[in-house]
Amino acid sequence: MLTVENLTVKFPSRFGDITAIEDVSLCIQPGEIHGLVGESGAGKSTVGAAIIGLLQTPGYIAEGDLKLGDTDLRALDPGEAHALRGKRISMIFQDPQTSLNPLMTVEDQLIETIQAHENIGTTAARTRAIDLLEEIGITGAAERIKSYPHQFSGGMRQRVVIALALCTNPELIIADEPTTALDVAVQSQVLDLIRTLADTRKIGFILITHDIGVIAQISDSVTVMRRGCVVETGKTAQVLGAPQESYTIGLMDAVPPLDRKLRRFRVPEETHDSDGSVSRAEQWLLQGQQQSEIGLTIDALQVQFPGVRTSLFRRPEPFTALHSVSFEVKPGSILGLVGESGSGKSTLAKAITGLVPPSGGEMKLGGDPLPTGKARGRRHPSRQLIQMVFQDPYSSLNSRHRIGDILSEPLWLYDLVQDKDERRALAADMLDLVGMAPDAIDKYPHQFSGGQRQRIAVARALLARPRFLICDEPTSALDVSIQAEILNLLKDLQEKFGLTILFISHNLAVVRQMADDMVVLRHGRIEEFGPSEVLFETPQASYTQKLLELTPVMPKEWNSA
Amino acid sequence: MVYFIFKRLAQSVFVMLAVAFLAFSLFRFVGDPVSQMTGVETSVEDQERLREDLGLNDPFVLQFARFTGNLLQGDFGFSYRTRQPVAEMIVTRIPATLELGIVALLISLFVGIPTGVYTALRPRGFVTQTILMTTLIGVSIPTFVIGIMLIFLFGVQLGWLPTFGRGGTVQLGGWESSLFTVDGWRALILPALTLGVYQLTLTMRLVRAEMMEVMRSDYIRFATARGVPMGRLYFRHALANTLVPVITIVGLQFGGVIAFSIVTESVFQWPGMGLLFLESIRFVDIPVMGVYLVVIAFFFVLVNLIVDLLYVAIDPRLRIKDVS
Repeated sequence: MLTVENLTVKFPSRFGDITAIEDVSLCIQPGEIHGLVGESGAGKSTVGAAIIGLLQTPGYIAEGDLKLGDTDLRALDPGEAHALRGKRISMIFQDPQTSLNPLMTVEDQLIETIQAHENIGTTAARTRAIDLLEEIGITGAAERIKSYPHQFSGGMRQRVVIALALCTNPELIIADEPTTALDVAVQSQVLDLIRTLADTRKIGFILITHDIGVIAQISDSVTVMRRGCVVETGKTAQVLGAPQESYTIGLMDAVPPLDRKLRRFRVPEETHDSDGSVSRAEQWLLQGQQQSEIGLTIDALQVQFPGVRTSLFRRPEPFTALHSVSFEVKPGSILGLVGESGSGKSTLAKAITGLVPPSGGEMKLGGDPLPTGKARGRRHPSRQLIQMVFQDPYSSLNSRHRIGDILSEPLWLYDLVQDKDERRALAADMLDLVGMAPDAIDKYPHQFSGGQRQRIAVARALLARPRFLICDEPTSALDVSIQAEILNLLKDLQEKFGLTILFISHNLAVVRQMADDMVVLRHGRIEEFGPSEVLFETPQASYTQKLLELTPVMPKEWNSA
Repeated sequence: MVYFIFKRLAQSVFVMLAVAFLAFSLFRFVGDPVSQMTGVETSVEDQERLREDLGLNDPFVLQFARFTGNLLQGDFGFSYRTRQPVAEMIVTRIPATLELGIVALLISLFVGIPTGVYTALRPRGFVTQTILMTTLIGVSIPTFVIGIMLIFLFGVQLGWLPTFGRGGTVQLGGWESSLFTVDGWRALILPALTLGVYQLTLTMRLVRAEMMEVMRSDYIRFATARGVPMGRLYFRHALANTLVPVITIVGLQFGGVIAFSIVTESVFQWPGMGLLFLESIRFVDIPVMGVYLVVIAFFFVLVNLIVDLLYVAIDPRLRIKDVS
């Protein structure tokens, strides 16, 4: 149905044209789900944009053929191309929070799209829109259709997005990371829906994603891309089950398995070779006074936020983010904290760091009570002992400071090293310890990739000589191979320095690789708490079982490694 | 919703009280009212008696309460200069300023928004660059220079339009309007243009910046990918989403236009509140100055309240459920 042959897309720049994708060929049959995998910058989205004719300016198609049925997509004039969009090719975007116009009702957006492509009355269009929403799994569609996008939950919103892509009966839908922003449970529903639509309506899908689990679960065939070129293509079972190219093999190795715990990931290009000598940074970290491993006990912690005031006379109901949560992080262990968005994971981290005052309960760090909220002074020792690594390495480093300044800050802030040159030397050594070249010290954050920035963030946390590290989704913004490197790094550091880590993630497979113990959080309540291997093998709570069941995994027989 | 409006009204009351206090301070601290009212030959005893009669010896708080009470009852006192009630003077001047301000605002909106949209959609076009450059020159020149240039060109050289006054006016109840005669409109065009140019540039640039931002958003990309007709895409999807910040600024600016129409009014001898204010300053006519302050503040508060309500009308996300 859709054939792409030798597609090359270029972006003109001052230094000549930059080739974004080169010589890409694809073929998609009706009812086929074709996965497009690769890491960020591989050119996956550019392929989708070229097919639907929405390349970002000034990009252009330099070479290749794009044919949808008998139509030559490259021969269309702008008007024809626009009329074809939606009519024959539709698109689904990553984030349902931002891909719907917030100011228009779902009804208006649906009717408008149907009427743009068909000469049909408003009433008839509405009937069709309602039927479609019902089919896609929105109950009471006749009522819900009058709502605005913000009145739907994330998963429902993605359904609305799919309905919008579907309402004109297109032949091909390009889904660009359609489930990346969704929780596992919702993700599995949306994936099921896509599979059903492909099977019943014979719609061809191009599924662009970096999540190999998703591809393994629903796609028929797959194309692996790297740096704008196709690495490997074919049936999913063949490409992912028995990869031929070394890149694909490496990619598969980096995917954390859900069903077993690896000691380390195999990373092909591991740069950090330990020559046996103990570096200065390592020594410095080891000679800190707080040598003993430190644990954290949380007892009946409760956090409430004031509700939104809507009435003059009634007090708003407070929103309870955490309902009397109790657990213990053993000294020198890694505790995995798992839960869907809105379960209170980040609130818990904020309560521990003192950013959010809890309304009840107690916290103890290594036996000493931990003052909460503002009661914890600026100079309280826990400010140094507890450090944090954040999710988004792009916004957690000040873009106007040099790496050297960023890394020296904890050293003078906590009064650890008085001498300026010594601080700098130590920062450079620490960069080496986290696997980065020491010349990074004079650069700015924007000169580094996401994975490198996350290493810098880890280095910054370590320079405070912490005993307790909170990692809030430290790898969810990173590609799998980078994720594997960062997880390896965290494991190494934890073993070497006896750190205690609270590892927050929504990704169960990642948590399995990291955690000794595990807490499953849902709606601010603990569903299950125990040793992680026990939890993964014999989950007790039905919620944990459901989460494990819904996480996309690769079929067992592919795990040749 | 009710709570929201109530909260805004409560805030407005505080703003008005603060302004009333400023206006009151004018009386107290800018010169001695008694010496303003009396001549040199008034004896000290008479002056003291007058002071006592006017309540100037009462405690500060009591005087302020009396002043505010009078304001609330519409008793704005008398002008030192003309001995007329201030209320009357201001009320006869309000229509001129309001009409000038509103027409200026409409010009800026009807020209500024379309050009803003156009320049956003064709950011590199020749026409866009020309427009951007011209308007940059437009804002760089002070208002009074623009006014004088317009007078010179259309009033003196071409002789098409009058250069001062309001032209023919019509009485509508207590409202003296120049919007219903050709003469009135002819007199209105130049000052309204002068006053509107800055607003226009600001509106245009703001719409352009916001529009360019919105055009990059996911929902516009998604709407394009569904083949929504371009006209709808630009105006229904994109423009509507730029309106909240635009309305904020336009609202604030409209308050400013009313308040700072002083320059334009004096260039064109436009008999509005601004001109009255200038005359009052010249004669240290403190009661008029004080009331002018209060009236202008009231406009600001009113416009901002309307802006807040417009937000809610535009953006459904701000409509917090009243029930449940």
